[in-house]
Amino acid sequence: MNPAEVTEFRAQVSAWLSDNKPADPGFLLPETFMEVGTDQQFEFLRDWQRKVYEAGYLGMSWPEAYGGGGQPQLMQEIVNQEMAAQRVPFVPNTIGLNWAGPLILDMGSEADKNRYIKNILSAEDIWCQGFSEPDHGSDLGNAQVRAVRDGDEYVINGSKIWTSLGSYAKYMILIARTSTEGPNKYAGLSFFLAPMNVPGVNPTPIKKLTGEYGFCQTYFDDARIPADCMLGQEGEGWSVAMKTLMFERGAIGGQAGGLSMMDLNINDIIELARRATRNGQPAIDDPLTRDELTKLVLEAKGNGLMASKAKIPVLNQGYPTAVAMSSKLRGSELKRKMTRFALSLQGANGARYISNQAMDGGKWQRSYLNAFSATIGGGTTQIQKNILGERVLGLPKS
Amino acid sequence: MIVFSEEQAMLLDTANEFCQNQAPLSAVREVIHNDAAMDPVVWQTMVDLGWLGISIPESFGGLGMNLADAVPIFEAMGRQLMDTPLLASTVAAQVLIKDGSEEQKSTWLQKISSGTIASVAYQETDGNWDLDAIEAVLTPTDAGGLILSGTKTLVPDAEVADLFVVSALHEGRPVWCLVSRESLSASSSIERETVIDETRRSYRVHFSDVLLSPKEVLPGCHFQHFELASMMLIAAEMSGGLAGLLEVVVDYLNTRKQFDKLIGSYQALKHPTVDILLGSEMVRSYLYHAATVWRENESVIAVESAIRMAKCCASEQFSEAGDRGIQFHGGFGFTYDCDAQLFLRRALWSQYQLGDERYQRQKLGALLF
Repeated sequence: MNPAEVTEFRAQVSAWLSDNKPADPGFLLPETFMEVGTDQQFEFLRDWQRKVYEAGYLGMSWPEAYGGGGQPQLMQEIVNQEMAAQRVPFVPNTIGLNWAGPLILDMGSEADKNRYIKNILSAEDIWCQGFSEPDHGSDLGNAQVRAVRDGDEYVINGSKIWTSLGSYAKYMILIARTSTEGPNKYAGLSFFLAPMNVPGVNPTPIKKLTGEYGFCQTYFDDARIPADCMLGQEGEGWSVAMKTLMFERGAIGGQAGGLSMMDLNINDIIELARRATRNGQPAIDDPLTRDELTKLVLEAKGNGLMASKAKIPVLNQGYPTAVAMSSKLRGSELKRKMTRFALSLQGANGARYISNQAMDGGKWQRSYLNAFSATIGGGTTQIQKNILGERVLGLPKS
Repeated sequence: MIVFSEEQAMLLDTANEFCQNQAPLSAVREVIHNDAAMDPVVWQTMVDLGWLGISIPESFGGLGMNLADAVPIFEAMGRQLMDTPLLASTVAAQVLIKDGSEEQKSTWLQKISSGTIASVAYQETDGNWDLDAIEAVLTPTDAGGLILSGTKTLVPDAEVADLFVVSALHEGRPVWCLVSRESLSASSSIERETVIDETRRSYRVHFSDVLLSPKEVLPGCHFQHFELASMMLIAAEMSGGLAGLLEVVVDYLNTRKQFDKLIGSYQALKHPTVDILLGSEMVRSYLYHAATVWRENESVIAVESAIRMAKCCASEQFSEAGDRGIQFHGGFGFTYDCDAQLFLRRALWSQYQLGDERYQRQKLGALLF
């Protein structure tokens, strides 16, 4: 695309979003795909995804043959940027759009692509992820859910936890143990595109620390799934899971796009600091608050600049992967600190929770409690530090 | 946004190689314990490389590059804990370039390019970081001259400097004035000071009844230009120092055993070492961002913000990393032999030049909100 085409396309997207952005639904929307807790919230967001897809603004770079747009990736990036800029709601089928979808396009069969891709885009089929287990939160390689071959089927037993969208999902990307033999714990794992609507699969909503729902624990009780829903070969599950995580962390491209969460950035916190009152004055006028706010601004700005530095190889000769591998750690910790700080801007009203009396309906309190989902999920901050210490600094394993 | 220039890329390689060869970490204690004010051989090599004239216009014998292009040199020097008069002379040249008359420039810039050492005497003894809070004064004489009186502290490389650029009050206004070594009066003195970073050559200079011609007063007076240029280069040294310190810590964690295990396997040490890594990456990002904004000559506010952010982040991260670096060496860390103390002392010296992180945040608050 030449610069004029980019400008024109951006204007076109921007206009479409202004015209089609959904009105305030009158209830507090979730901020990420991990927080969809009520049918009302889910239906609202699914309708929105469908509308975006029908307008041609989702999966723009995916092949046309499977329902994609067959356009340059740049166009999808422009759409994503405009969506963030206009603060439109996120599209809820994140796991399908950004993890399972690109994975299927990368290594699925022709039949897989025909069966799954279009319905991921249209939100007809919602996808969830079955990686973590109750006893092995951060130790994915140690997964114990069993998959035993029986004729043309695998019989699944055990349970997965933190299944976002579990109550709404039609499919799960599932990592399960097909063998307890083998040279190490990784060798016995296999990867499935598993249907959820078969007998013996029971997603049970978990009440979160916020008091809301949004995750499930998914129990498998002699659930039979077709053997052909395995992706890759038996025993290759670990490497497929690692590839999935690369898509999840954005380390490789090919995602369908769309927002997967409502952006919360430091400018929102600055704006809140001007608006909220602390001891009778705008919080931003209090010198100690200002100093804390400045620290957060610096951390946010620094994170952005690190991403910019990472693109200049000669400036990253010491530890070339440090920035990319720490991006989840830094981003999630910053969000936790920002939202926690947001409460402190509100004086005694910091103690309120989701209600009409709370500032912005209690959004900040809820955001802070929800912020732990990112500092814990996808490998806790502490696990991330082990990984960085071992793989980037070359320190011995703990 | 960070843009890395071709000049920077070129200098990065040269500077790394030069500094590693000239100043291996194992030789830092020799530099500390010999009493020489500088190493003339190293200095001459730097002059020959053209580094003294990097940001000096070609018409005055320099290379005519942007000061931001020199950032990799200071980073490489910081990594090896080098101390040479390059910093002092470079920022003195910046003052002349920004505020000097044509005559002052043609007199001094050519000399600085070819190795004459210059040093800026700005810090008053009360330790105030406000460069406008000046005690030194210029008093007119009946004969039309000026008498400079005052005491400046933490003046780098004064013992070998042939030119001092001094901040003083003249008719109640702050000005820069030039004091050549020959014009120092007999009652003036230069005393070596003890500072926490033992690699530094730092002096207290008493300017006592120094007679100057009014032509030695600079027509311009942009303290902030000097302040920002200095902070950018000090932040560069700090970025290098922090990377050097990280290497020392990681080496120790990968070799020292306790309870039959390499201590780097303990998360109590591993995790905060990752914090040092991320701090170091962030400092370097701020540094090259500041260099980009300086080079692209963005608005005054943008330049000031970017450089204060770099100095703020460097001050905070380097001093904290130095502090932790000592602790992680255990009993060895408490000894003079441990290299971590060299880095901690460098960090502390740098932290208190031209404003620590709290001071920078206070200034940034006014720029940001």
